[in-house]
Amino acid sequence: MNPQSTDRKENSGAMSGEFSTRPRAHIVGVGESRYTRWGKIGDVTEHALACQAIQLAVADAGLSMDDVDGLASFAEDRNDAVFLAAELGLPALRFANMVWMPGGGGGCAAISNAAMAVETGQAEVVVVYRSLCQGQFFRFGNAGRDAAAPADPEPPTLQQANSLMLASMGFAMPYGLLMAAAAYALPTRRHMHLYGTTSEQLGRIAVTFREHAGRNPRAVMGGRPMTLEDHQASPMIADPHHLFDCCLESDGACAVVVTTQERARDLAKRPVEILASEQGAPKGYGFGPFTNANIADDLYATGGCEEMAGRLWGKSGLGPGDVDVAQIYDHFTGCVLMQIEDYGFCKRGEGGPFIESGALSWRGGSLPTNTHGGSLSEAYIHGLNHVVEGVRSLRGESTSPIEDAEVCLVTSGACVPSSAVLLGRK
Amino acid sequence: MSERFFPDSMPPPLADSTTLPWWQAAAEHRLVVQRCTSCGHTRLPPAPLCPECRSADSDWKEVPGRAEVYTYTLVHRPIAAGQELPFVVAVLALEDSGGVRIISNLVEVDPEDVEIGLPVELVWEDMSADLAIPRFRPASKEIRR
Repeated sequence: MNPQSTDRKENSGAMSGEFSTRPRAHIVGVGESRYTRWGKIGDVTEHALACQAIQLAVADAGLSMDDVDGLASFAEDRNDAVFLAAELGLPALRFANMVWMPGGGGGCAAISNAAMAVETGQAEVVVVYRSLCQGQFFRFGNAGRDAAAPADPEPPTLQQANSLMLASMGFAMPYGLLMAAAAYALPTRRHMHLYGTTSEQLGRIAVTFREHAGRNPRAVMGGRPMTLEDHQASPMIADPHHLFDCCLESDGACAVVVTTQERARDLAKRPVEILASEQGAPKGYGFGPFTNANIADDLYATGGCEEMAGRLWGKSGLGPGDVDVAQIYDHFTGCVLMQIEDYGFCKRGEGGPFIESGALSWRGGSLPTNTHGGSLSEAYIHGLNHVVEGVRSLRGESTSPIEDAEVCLVTSGACVPSSAVLLGRK
Repeated sequence: MSERFFPDSMPPPLADSTTLPWWQAAAEHRLVVQRCTSCGHTRLPPAPLCPECRSADSDWKEVPGRAEVYTYTLVHRPIAAGQELPFVVAVLALEDSGGVRIISNLVEVDPEDVEIGLPVELVWEDMSADLAIPRFRPASKEIRR
């Protein structure tokens, strides 16, 4: 079912020293603002923070803001590209684009859209950005309580849903299924039932990423080591999710600069090639287990990425065995485990033992993952920081470096419609 | 008619014209699934087209209100003021429904006793004159403590 690394021989084109003959888009710059706990950035607006990150990413590329002609983002971004273009003084905005994938599912898809824009000549330099200041708007983890009515309300009645999303949520909200930690607990609990996956195995994911964060001065939880005992003792949020199975809630912004292969050649840093990208969802998936109780039985206890992963490997001519380092979207530990299976790093149901083997550690693991600490321990910037780290890991700039890494898988979201990119360096 | 399990401050259901008939049936204490009158495929939540044959024609099939726990979570954070914790959110496979699952709560159960495969039965909670919400409790012959 899962593609194996031997598949690459059957696919034409790529690899063995050189990646492609067709000119592909490259990532040439990355940058970020400071990352903090949610609510701690109040002195600048969320869009001003986006501007900071974009400026740093453009400078990292050795480009000027006068070179930028496109902006791309995802997931109902509050920071509208047309206003940012004006604030940044872009000479002309040729491409402004946002991905439909919900929440963090669209991060890599935004990179993909930027790549399509530069590969087809719609724009030459596109910056993908994400800025989140939860304290200035609302706290994601509080979704349930924010939505709940006051303590002494009128007797509840049916309300008009003014969007397709809300009509769909109408079959989850009245049961108190509002918090992401509860929604993603559902497929994880079923995975535990089917395959014997344990909370300790999930805990190993959190502990490993925390160790990576400890080496990363940008990481919000850098100074807070975690043991498996700490994980097990952390408060239960939505069984089987302990607090330390849940990602952080953060303030911060980051940005990624995408341009053509030709333009990438003589810029400041070693360019990173976008080898392949995919986005999407399986049939009938909707928003995933958050609102959809009727995902196919065969897909319920997965991240929903298996089919997409197959397309990604097929398109790139690579397979799981070619990946040197991975940055896997980690809203919740169980979703990391299910993605590892979806992308074929181990067989379905074997994610638990795979993690127990120490595979995810930067220190000699077979699949060093989230070398920045991830959303669990660096910061929750809807996973665009995973793309930033993917680029750094291939440039040799990661604080948990993987020697001679040539191929990095970056994923966005899981258990929702999602996306992924394969990055490579020559 | 039934006793109350959850406080009024739980989020109210949101409906549009596609989903409204489902809630109207619920108000009459009828648990229904949407059935394609072209190919017979059943679905929830209600949707404008059959995802299998794309027919826009459908009717409502009443189901008996017996189900099995497909997966669940014990939520330890309150959604509503005055809520007892933890509360159980479960995905339930509805019997005689053509394979449809529904999200709901389990009530009258010790959270410790919830497990995948547990047989459950429907219990209506009347929230107001025109709103009833289906919740489920362990099936009568099973766990009773």
